[in-house]
Amino acid sequence: MNQEATTKTSYQIPIGPIHPALKEPVHFEFEISGERIVDVSVKLGHVHRGIEWASRKRNPIQILYLAERICGICSYCHPAAFALAVETAADIQIPERAEYLRVIQGELERITSHILWAGVAAHEIGFDTVLYLTWQIRERALDLTEYLTGNRVTKGIMTIGGIRRDITKDMLPRVKKDLQYFKDNFEKLCHIFLDDKTVGMRSQGAGILTKKDALKLCAVGPTARASGVKKDVRVDTSYFAYGDLNLKYITPDDLTGNVNGDVYDRIIQRLLEIDQSIDLIEQCIDKMPSGDIVAEPDIQKLLNQLKKVKGEGVGRHEAPRGEVIHYVKFDGKSDSPYTWKVRAPTYNNILPWIPMLIGEQIADIPIVAASTDPCMSCTNRVAIVSDGRKYELTKEQLHKLSVEKTRRLMK
Amino acid sequence: MRFSMLPAVFAQMFKKPWTNKFPAKYAPANTTQFLADVDEGIAEIIPPVPTPNGFRGKIKYDKVKCNGCQLCIKVCPCEAIEFKKKEKKIKIYIARCCFCSQCNDICPVNCLTMSDEFLLADTDPYSKDLIVE
Repeated sequence: MNQEATTKTSYQIPIGPIHPALKEPVHFEFEISGERIVDVSVKLGHVHRGIEWASRKRNPIQILYLAERICGICSYCHPAAFALAVETAADIQIPERAEYLRVIQGELERITSHILWAGVAAHEIGFDTVLYLTWQIRERALDLTEYLTGNRVTKGIMTIGGIRRDITKDMLPRVKKDLQYFKDNFEKLCHIFLDDKTVGMRSQGAGILTKKDALKLCAVGPTARASGVKKDVRVDTSYFAYGDLNLKYITPDDLTGNVNGDVYDRIIQRLLEIDQSIDLIEQCIDKMPSGDIVAEPDIQKLLNQLKKVKGEGVGRHEAPRGEVIHYVKFDGKSDSPYTWKVRAPTYNNILPWIPMLIGEQIADIPIVAASTDPCMSCTNRVAIVSDGRKYELTKEQLHKLSVEKTRRLMK
Repeated sequence: MRFSMLPAVFAQMFKKPWTNKFPAKYAPANTTQFLADVDEGIAEIIPPVPTPNGFRGKIKYDKVKCNGCQLCIKVCPCEAIEFKKKEKKIKIYIARCCFCSQCNDICPVNCLTMSDEFLLADTDPYSKDLIVE
């Protein structure tokens, strides 16, 4: 930040780590001039849980459930990306039916997540009736999830080399009925979000992220696509059965004709993606071949096979919030992987907050921050702790340390 | 349009509530007393909504069938299963269980199954209800 901006006229507002406006712990420091935000600094790392460390004494089957608990809303995406990584490393071929079933589960999760987000966004601008309406629809989506997987939130459906539960013929009528319900309500939701003055007033022209900034700051998922960046892992790399399906990039100009990159565009983007997901599930149900749903049904054999694997793999999956990447390396010596690294989509969508928030009013902070659909707990996996206190190094301190080391070495 | 939500709100006034019903008609002043009354048959409780097929609830364990192979311990993600060396049987701590049913899948003699019991809240993680053996 340049020095001229911090004249006596500006003052600072700290928000967080715990604040009623925030759903999860994150610390903001706003530099305010009058009502306008001049500068923002974001501090993370309040919910570090040591998940990657916990994987060190677990085998890949156990890690699936650990990955599921990285995020409550993306409880399918993380195990999916992890399974993809392990399958790449161990060179496991998945049966075709399982690929389609994986798409169905992934898209159902996207519907649930985006509808939840629509409710939260409406709540942030004080439109609580919409919150109740969207959560009504979401309840139906969760009931369908429970019907297909056994549980509402932590699905436990993914396994290495396939999927754990099949969608049999007698389950299809229920799935189709619910999809019809989503379609009917999607129209209703579109009408409320796109025609209602309240939503437009608060979201049009607020929190603009330009295409240039989105590319520069590596935004992912709906946040990037709402700024006009054509970036979608499902289209770019055809994993699962996405290659066989009719799928294209969705950007807000499909509906409105132009891209502004504001909060309103991000609302449109997510609504269009709900529609796309419903369509994808329908396509999957039509095209799904019959056959096995898992490559190696004997888990004991699978674990023995994975124990011998030596190599590394990367798994990429388009989660509701963007691209999630899992990296796994096996050394062929122990049950557990040698290393496991997770990059959750929110990690990339934090820096775009800065151009979005600068120039906005204080009252716009909640809706602009919520518009990227942040998920803090997924992101926090590194913290430096020394003497029981959180330890941080500023640029000046680092420079000082570096100079000191040079002097020490010169002696 | 300014009030696009109004029709939905008015329509909802004449519909049944969407949410599942609370166990008591009105929030009781004393929950413990209310539950004691339910046990005695004085008060009535609205039953929870039925679970779907394939729901993963509290684990059931068939001790006779179990051959002590310890495979379930190997795959349990949350280390909820303990091996009793003398008897060569297992002990499951439901308080730690994450209800993934992975132990059901790997069990070679199918002695573990998932029931549809889900009301498992307790003040003591080691209470009798939360330990299966």
